[in-house]
Amino acid sequence: MHAVPWRAGEDDVEVAVTADAPEHDDRRWRVVDARMRRLGYRPDALVEALHSVQDAYGYLAPESLGQVARALHLPPSRVFGVATFYSYFTLAPPGAHTCVVCMGTACYINGASKLLDKITARLGAGAGETTADGQVSVLVAHCVGACSVAPVVVIDGAVHGKSTPDSVLAAVDENGNLP
Amino acid sequence: VSAADPVTRADRLERLHGRRSRTHGIIPDGVARTSANVCEAAGCLSLGSDAVVDALTQLVSERGLADVAVRRVGCLGLCARGPLVEIPEHGRLFEAASSPQTIAAIADSLSQTEATPDQQQPFFSRQTKVVLENSGRIDPESIDDYVARDGYAALTKALTTMTPGDVIDEVVRSGLRGRGGAGYPTGLKWSTVAKAVPARNGGGEPKYVVCNADEGDPGAFMDRTVLESDPQRVLEGMALAGYAVGARRGFIYVRAEYPLAIRRLRSAIGQAERAGYLGAGIIESPFEFHLEIRVGAGAFVCGEETALIASIEGKRGTPRPRPPYPAVSGLWQHPTLINNVETYASIAPIIRNGGAWYAGIGRAPSTGTKVFALAGRVVNSGVVEVPLGMSLRDIVFEIGGGILDGGTFKAVQTGGPSGGCIPADHLDMPVDYESLAAVGSIMGSGGMIVMDQTSCMVDVAKYFMAFCRDESCGKCVPCRVGTVQMHLLLERICRGDANRGDLDRLENLAAMVTDTSLCGLGHSAPNPVFSTLRFFRDEYLAHIDDRTCPAGVCTMSPGATS
Repeated sequence: MHAVPWRAGEDDVEVAVTADAPEHDDRRWRVVDARMRRLGYRPDALVEALHSVQDAYGYLAPESLGQVARALHLPPSRVFGVATFYSYFTLAPPGAHTCVVCMGTACYINGASKLLDKITARLGAGAGETTADGQVSVLVAHCVGACSVAPVVVIDGAVHGKSTPDSVLAAVDENGNLP
Repeated sequence: VSAADPVTRADRLERLHGRRSRTHGIIPDGVARTSANVCEAAGCLSLGSDAVVDALTQLVSERGLADVAVRRVGCLGLCARGPLVEIPEHGRLFEAASSPQTIAAIADSLSQTEATPDQQQPFFSRQTKVVLENSGRIDPESIDDYVARDGYAALTKALTTMTPGDVIDEVVRSGLRGRGGAGYPTGLKWSTVAKAVPARNGGGEPKYVVCNADEGDPGAFMDRTVLESDPQRVLEGMALAGYAVGARRGFIYVRAEYPLAIRRLRSAIGQAERAGYLGAGIIESPFEFHLEIRVGAGAFVCGEETALIASIEGKRGTPRPRPPYPAVSGLWQHPTLINNVETYASIAPIIRNGGAWYAGIGRAPSTGTKVFALAGRVVNSGVVEVPLGMSLRDIVFEIGGGILDGGTFKAVQTGGPSGGCIPADHLDMPVDYESLAAVGSIMGSGGMIVMDQTSCMVDVAKYFMAFCRDESCGKCVPCRVGTVQMHLLLERICRGDANRGDLDRLENLAAMVTDTSLCGLGHSAPNPVFSTLRFFRDEYLAHIDDRTCPAGVCTMSPGATS
């Protein structure tokens, strides 16, 4: 066991504990643990484990990172380094709904940046931000690969092709509440 | 070419067809007189093809149509006009099928015994389908459909009548080159891995086969189409590769942005294992091959093979210097074969029909077909497969149907952030690896973005530089710092605040980043700058000298130029 380095990490975690920190003995954690077990708790299971955590909890809380580090016998620095390297992983809880504006080449030359400007202006949250009421997170993707129906916006996982500011805001309104 | 052992194959087919078919009609597929094939690839799904399947199924049962099947199939190609529905027996394609009128028209057509086919559009008639031969023809989630169309015939043939060396010889004979973009001869790579001596230290597998499905180029969706439309084909190609190079384990590294492709791959692997085409003792032979999926996490650099290996090993996806190449020292220091999705997807037809057959397509030394994702300001935006060597004009104007809204062609961008913009003067050039390199672009993975007069080429260069700046992994200085500085210079030019000296600085910096970066990302990041400077220097000068953007895209800063 990596007792000494791990204790240092655990102290850091203490500071970061918040009221809505996820419980790690809950059912969601069992899914993560099952995934790691299938991969033999080997170090190369790290990226897959982080995917499982994000699928289960919506984001990577410091407690989850600590838990993964302990399970895979990895130093917390390695886990944190990997979690922050990949843009798909998020360390902050996302809004209740996500609105991902694609900025691939085809979307870009079909006016995606103007689309993004209008959406962020209406929602009052910039790219990478969440509205003040925590309802909608606005994100930017580099290409979701649906270039034929550009510009593309992915709302709560559903791909919306040939988007306009109005169509996007209507879809967001249907799912969440427009501020 | 028939399968090697008819008895084994027949048994297997029978066993497979004993399972329940996923066909959504009233009767199984083989008995249906006509079928409505509804495209369920990502583009059409986003335009509502799921609802079309439901509506059509309901209408078919309401009207009591016998002998009719409504099927979910892979990509039909013409993505911009989705949702698409095809009645293959009638040779008819319905576009924008989500309206109730069109659905009724499809049902009308299904109830007829025969129909006059639509006039064949050049979009379809000019294509040659090898990799996409099953796309839009089979249910991507049914191994039965795949097997019924010669699926796993190549693997059966290889395992029963060919040695691993024979398989490599066929691939060499085909002249196939890496479809990920660099165009390295696939047969040569396979024989290097086959000859490589497994590392002695450590446990694990002696060799690995990896499929690079981290299709990161913005504007490219060929691999996505293959994975969503015909995933079994990729598995068969990888199993053949495993047999040829002596590997028992493989990984498919697929990007997280493709959830549908991941789901269909998982389902495909499960079905192939149950049917005995993956796992231990494949087709009653001693050969075993196990496949696992690894999901990327949004890092473009992981498309670079050494970074991809690091990512599969659970590390930050940063590249390392080559040599040693992965063929000698890859995953966990073992010899590793890495090919792109489309490369593996080309293998089964090559083994089935022979390398010479494949070499007869295209134009040596660029043999075979290539799948392109045609997008941007083009009428027939979608996925196309053409023989290599077809002219750019034919692809954009014949197959692509020309420019949207009667616009004027300005450039076609190939190769994503590593490629370049090709102007109208070069429209008659053949599309092959060497010709594209000669005009300062690359084949790349196959994204083709058509641009018209509404695109500013300096802005396009700035766009790609911003992309490379964001995606630089930060390991080497030229790429990490150089892309930031080049982006700042391009921003200055776009604002009208630059002078001729800035243009010189940009060119010098671009050359330096190309020469000194660690991996392909940094090495090729300046390509969009080089190619736009080469063909559209007047646009740069208009921004600098006249403070105007000829395309009307860039907004000049209010201050006077220095």
